[in-house]
Amino acid sequence: MTETIGTPILAAPPAEGAKDQHMVLNMGPQHPATHGVLRLVLEIDGEIVVHIYPEIGYLHTGIEKTCEAKHYQQVVPLTDRINYLDPMSNNLCYCLAVEKLLGLEIPQKGQWLRVVLAELSRLNSHLIWLGTHAMDIGALTVFLYTFREREEILRIFEGLAGQRMMTSYIRIGGVSMEPPLDFFDRVQAFINLLPEKIDEYSNLLTGNPIFRNRLKGVGYLSRQDAIALGVSGPPMRASGVDFDLRRDIPYSSYEKFSFHVPISTDGDCWARYEVRLVEMRESVKIIQQALDGMPEGAVSAEAPKIVLPDREKMKTQMEALIHHFKIVSEGFTVPAGEVYQGIEAGHGATGYYVVSDGSAKPYRVHMRYPSFATLQALEAMCKGRMLADVVAVVGSIDIVLGEIDR
Amino acid sequence: MNNDKTLSGRAEVLEGFGEHPAVKAILACDPEALIDARWDRGELTLTIATREICAAARAVQTAGYDFLEDLTAVDWFPSSPRFQVSYHILSHSLKEYIRLRVMLEGESPSVESMTAVWPSANYYEREVFDLFGIHFEGHPNERRIMLPDDWEGHPLRKDYPVEGYR
Repeated sequence: MTETIGTPILAAPPAEGAKDQHMVLNMGPQHPATHGVLRLVLEIDGEIVVHIYPEIGYLHTGIEKTCEAKHYQQVVPLTDRINYLDPMSNNLCYCLAVEKLLGLEIPQKGQWLRVVLAELSRLNSHLIWLGTHAMDIGALTVFLYTFREREEILRIFEGLAGQRMMTSYIRIGGVSMEPPLDFFDRVQAFINLLPEKIDEYSNLLTGNPIFRNRLKGVGYLSRQDAIALGVSGPPMRASGVDFDLRRDIPYSSYEKFSFHVPISTDGDCWARYEVRLVEMRESVKIIQQALDGMPEGAVSAEAPKIVLPDREKMKTQMEALIHHFKIVSEGFTVPAGEVYQGIEAGHGATGYYVVSDGSAKPYRVHMRYPSFATLQALEAMCKGRMLADVVAVVGSIDIVLGEIDR
Repeated sequence: MNNDKTLSGRAEVLEGFGEHPAVKAILACDPEALIDARWDRGELTLTIATREICAAARAVQTAGYDFLEDLTAVDWFPSSPRFQVSYHILSHSLKEYIRLRVMLEGESPSVESMTAVWPSANYYEREVFDLFGIHFEGHPNERRIMLPDDWEGHPLRKDYPVEGYR
């Protein structure tokens, strides 16, 4: 068996003789608790997990290769499809990377609007995590409640970008257009409502003895292992690492917002649940600050060779029409160089590595997505525990297969 | 250091960044290891001699750069050396990234595996092996990760076609 499924890291080979008694169990790729097409080959001794061999690649579409054949602005819609639960963060990270290459400064209103969108997107991601995680454990009701709130976020996105999930709203140089007139009122109404909804989820789950017992002490990950295995985001903070890119290496004006970064030192599934719940409340506070202090002005940079002109201008001004034609037909060139831009997305540290050779198409785009690294820590969290805990742990690390396989 | 400024070449960067913890750690470990350096758009890139990459990574790890955030490659076909392997390393305490990189020749490219320093390099190196065909010496499980095991070729190489039938 080992020839075909390989040897994992941080694992001693089973003792001679003992191996014959182990059973190999296949979980996935079509399994409701794997959140996509993840295949786990489990080596179990009775009901105790001995090894986990994740098999990935079922969703591999070669997005990095596709990017090399597209103009810079044509890559934006591809990024939505990677982590389809957190679309704005993907757009934001790619655009920040290209703007760094271009040396482009975005107006304050554009930056603040991006913060609102990134936080709404994070709430979207966390709401899905909470619903599906609770459903995996057996608490079916919460799923219906979180999807009710998520629907409102999707409606706001639809009003904003015309698309519910694949928004592509954040563009290189700003955002695609001014938000609709009722946008800020809808966001305000939503965040007025959300804190009590979070209390509602918490009432359903935090005191629930079954949920508590399924998560407490399960899937322990130490601080050292979290760092060594590349775990980032909420699972890393639940293991006691006090680090958040929004606070520590701020981008898009995050340094102007005050928020609390929740930390736990327990390192188990329960800690990851608590950290994410507090993070949702903090996101609401960030959005409130952004709405209260939203600066006046343009949402996109004054860069006619990079940012598409306003529709009205394009129809009335010759210059704008020429710029529009040039951007759409041959793109814009980007000075040669390489940049890495990391942001804190819903699942953890997302990074785009963009290499330019001075042409209108990226020479190389590499995406660093948190789930890819976090999946490596699965064995460290599940080893020596019961088979049923694997489902709880996979739910608690919140993976999306689109971003693992890319 | 000013983000708008560009420093290129080992001598210029050493002048501006002589006191930088990562540069100091690498120089203390082996002054020959650092062969080129660049400060561009607020990012520090240190080119390391291929055989010294793990020693340099250990040195920066001790200097506080504790988290390997990303590892990937770039194919500069048809230039020589052809492949570039980039390591993006984050420091949780110093709150900054650095980029280490090695340049590899096109004929059977090979570099020491980083898994001994950061176990998280495991999947990243499998991905680079799968999509670029770069071999990592000492990797515990060097198999394809994205593509099927019987796939021919390495898609992210520049001489691999983007469209059409294979």
